Amino acid sequence: MTDDYDGPILEIDDLSISFFTRLREIPAVMDFSVRVRPGEAVGLVGESGCGKSTVALGVMQDLGKNGRIVGGSIKFKGRNLNEMSQEELRHIRGSEIAMIYQEPMASLNPAMKIAKQLMEVPMIHKGVSKEEAYERALQVVTDVKLPDPKRILDSYPHQLSGGQQQRIVIALALMAEPALLILDEPTTALDVTVEAAVVQLVKELGEKYGTSMLFISHNLGLVLETCDRICVMYSGEAVETGSIEDVFDKMQHPYTQALFRSIPLPGADKNARPLVAIPGNFPLPHERPPGCNFGPRCDYFEAGRCDAMDRIPMEDVPGDDRHRSRCLKFQEIDWNAPLVSTSTNEKAEPGKVVLKMDNLKKYYEVAANALFGSSGEKKVVKANETLSFEARESETLAIVGESGCGKSTFAKVLMGLETATDGQILLDNRNIESTPIERRDTQTVADVQMVFQNPFDTLNPSMTVGRQIMRALEIFEHGNSDEDRRQEMLRLLDLVKLPRAFAERMPRQLSGGQKQRVGIARAFAGGARIVVADEPVSALDVSVQAAVTDLLMEIQREQKTTLLFISHDLSIVRYLSDRVMVMYLGHVVELGTTDQVFSPPYHPYTEALLSAVPIADTHVEKTHIVLEGDIPSAMNPPPGCPFQTRCRWKDKVPGGLCDKEVPPVRVMADGHQIKCHLADSEFDAMEPVIKIAAE
Amino acid sequence: MGLFILRRVGVMLMTAFCLTFIVFVMTNLYPNLEKLAKSEGNFRMTDIEVATWLSNNGYRSPLDDQLLADLNAGRITQAEASEQVNTGFDPRIFRNYAEWLGVYPGWTRVDRDGNQRGRCILPGSDPAEAPTFCGVLQGHWGWSTVSKAPVTEALGTRMGNTGFLMLCVMLLMIPSALIVGVLAGMREGSALDRTLSTFSITTTATPEYVSGVLFIAIFTSSAVGLKWFKGTATSAMENPNFENFFLPVLTIALYGMGYIARMTRASMAEVMTAQYIRTARLKGVSFGNIVMKHALRNALIAPFTVIMLQFPWLLNGVVIVETLFQYKGVGWELVRAAGNNDIEMLLAISVVSVFVVLVTQLISDIGYVYLNPRISVT
Repeated sequence: MTDDYDGPILEIDDLSISFFTRLREIPAVMDFSVRVRPGEAVGLVGESGCGKSTVALGVMQDLGKNGRIVGGSIKFKGRNLNEMSQEELRHIRGSEIAMIYQEPMASLNPAMKIAKQLMEVPMIHKGVSKEEAYERALQVVTDVKLPDPKRILDSYPHQLSGGQQQRIVIALALMAEPALLILDEPTTALDVTVEAAVVQLVKELGEKYGTSMLFISHNLGLVLETCDRICVMYSGEAVETGSIEDVFDKMQHPYTQALFRSIPLPGADKNARPLVAIPGNFPLPHERPPGCNFGPRCDYFEAGRCDAMDRIPMEDVPGDDRHRSRCLKFQEIDWNAPLVSTSTNEKAEPGKVVLKMDNLKKYYEVAANALFGSSGEKKVVKANETLSFEARESETLAIVGESGCGKSTFAKVLMGLETATDGQILLDNRNIESTPIERRDTQTVADVQMVFQNPFDTLNPSMTVGRQIMRALEIFEHGNSDEDRRQEMLRLLDLVKLPRAFAERMPRQLSGGQKQRVGIARAFAGGARIVVADEPVSALDVSVQAAVTDLLMEIQREQKTTLLFISHDLSIVRYLSDRVMVMYLGHVVELGTTDQVFSPPYHPYTEALLSAVPIADTHVEKTHIVLEGDIPSAMNPPPGCPFQTRCRWKDKVPGGLCDKEVPPVRVMADGHQIKCHLADSEFDAMEPVIKIAAE
Repeated sequence: MGLFILRRVGVMLMTAFCLTFIVFVMTNLYPNLEKLAKSEGNFRMTDIEVATWLSNNGYRSPLDDQLLADLNAGRITQAEASEQVNTGFDPRIFRNYAEWLGVYPGWTRVDRDGNQRGRCILPGSDPAEAPTFCGVLQGHWGWSTVSKAPVTEALGTRMGNTGFLMLCVMLLMIPSALIVGVLAGMREGSALDRTLSTFSITTTATPEYVSGVLFIAIFTSSAVGLKWFKGTATSAMENPNFENFFLPVLTIALYGMGYIARMTRASMAEVMTAQYIRTARLKGVSFGNIVMKHALRNALIAPFTVIMLQFPWLLNGVVIVETLFQYKGVGWELVRAAGNNDIEMLLAISVVSVFVVLVTQLISDIGYVYLNPRISVT
């Protein structure tokens, strides 16, 4: 390998990739160009289906049986990858270009020990001996900051946590010190605090090894944190490329602008400045409009001009460094014009208390040994510990925490899918904590409903949408005849802003956002007063997220619903909730109004969570707090404070109190409580994690 | 792991216990016993004589003394007496089963000539030296009425023959099935895949009694003229060679092969689309190594269970093929025993089958754990 090459590491010119089906050719990527210079990190952003992963696989020349590169060139260190033989490609893959994937568990071989998977890389590409390869593996595993590298090397992938697996995948990519690293949504499957640690690791390693990176993500905030340059894709085309500062602050394409307006940034507020969803739907690859692909959804669309020519060319933005936009009108649009036409809403006043939790506990007994249940000793998983809070009418209470913190268990207990171990749940002053759902009366079931995380799995695939909603109405004993229920169903479709014709459609004919709307319609079918929304938008694309969130807010305002919004996404929580409850390992560590929780004093865990959330705004300055290690298992929680194993403030508490006692609930201000041993003076000295730089 | 195997052995014994009881009841139904009595005694016995013979030999409860007295005194006719013989359920069956197991003392009685007779007293041996218990647990498997020899002795040679046949079948079937399956599955939809899949579907769709007959017709008879092999495997019992032994082995192996190959192919095709295979490919691993090092072990997890399930199923094919090729193994013996009402032999074969089935299941479970690190029994 000639390492004296000093041109761009990767040059993609006018790349077009198509997939061929029996019916037609489906162009997935069109005229895509990007350059990655040595040591540079380029972000590739866009919604799902825009072709960003196809670009990555195109670079790897691994498009499967149906995919083919139909035009353009991909040059790696000046050599065209399209013209290489399989043998030559094999030498480049893994040694010169490495890839990190979205799902770490799926991308590691389940039946092979970690060491073997890692050692394979240098053994193939450098022909080194087993011992040398092992040494190298040990070194790289230490580099990716995994504890006890020898033990890790000797384990199988399923014995590691998600974060550890992703570190192994990163180690795998780094084994041969590649010149180019392609990261395909590397942190999407991970928790925020783990994500923050992984992102920081990738950045550090990139600097250490001088690796160029192609970072694929749908998360603008992540790209801002990791990349030097960005390329925004829409429907198979790059629509805008440029440096991070240029694109984030001086965007020159309507799609980029719409994207930024649809994500909750600090300052967005559900009442004063609601999000603006991008109207319409993402065009399917074979149904792209003539001319500008974004035309039908664009505010600046000019008929006869934007759709006149077949393809819109990419043009340089004068005055900026390598900043290009695929818009005919970018020089005419006033990009600094303030957002008009935003409807502001009245802030709804919370009413009386509807739901009250008092010292709720939920323990599970798990047999230590699954096969010989009776002989092994029983272990208790404390999924929820002393949960107490109140929720009022037309209030949004967000429940925040990482996976395993007990937020879903709490939802199950509330819904009646599980019964509480101890404590009480009062719905209108009636105890419901020990009534399982099959014994609840219809009214209670209709009152407490749920919107689920994954809209793709929660609809019956063999029943029409209308039928499913009518079935819910039937269960809630609504109306006397099918005709009554039909009318009500159509009204519900109106409520969730779906065309009435959708009643006859099957779930598979709907997009993710539309499915989630059906899920919402179903939840509200019985006039639910409390709706538990379990990560309702996390499976959806950003532009759809805004629309679904707004819909939820609107219905809530109309029907005075109490919304319990379970989420790990603090940006959206900040945007829509009135009060926030932060959970960690079954404990409520902080509870207060949104402003109280998002500004100091913080619980140390809240502080870390806030710092971990990537924010897509160049004006925001964040304190970087990276949590070490993983969340302890709920089966074996640490003694004393649940957070003590990862807390950076621990040594500020005298006498090792954190190790010994569960902290008391401290009331900081009106309605703001924190479970922590820290002294008041420490709390007072806390700095805000997120600062918006004055401009 | 030890506890796991112990539990499995416990389950195995329970299953064997239940299954043998079912077989015991079935073989000891009255019509069967009647046939036995007539073949052991003479074919012209009256119903009463049959019943008496059966009770004398410990198969059924003794006849009602009053009934016998009435008949002997001529107070009732033969026909009336035979109507009163119990041909249905006899509680004695439980005792008989316990005796057969060897947990209950074997029956003894003194016959008209003053000789001591009993279950445990073999003809011509000294009654005083006979053991109290004689059942399966003591190693007494009974007397085969067809072979005129103890069951253990008769079945021993048969099992040796069948074992050798099955070994050859496995040696042929498993490697070829896996090779066919892996070759077909590694490039799904390719010409090679289509060819091999067609081949395996054809072989699975052809039962042994069809393929066996076809093979005999094509390769051994003068009808086609290819006299490559021998149509009978009788000589293979003493001196197995390619000529006399290959056809029976092939007949059994082909049927199972298609099935295992299909399973392997499906499993392999699925594994080849897994993300970690892409990871390996993009690591620069060559195609051969991807198949051998990354895909194979994962792809073998599902077929392994099937292969182990093939063992008991092979017993099935063995019955047909051994009869067809006149190869005197367990299958052949089973057919003969069933046809000639050889009760003790049938019972012994059923016990052997139960153990073959259960032991292969145990091996399958343990092997599964070994292949799939995600499953742990400890």
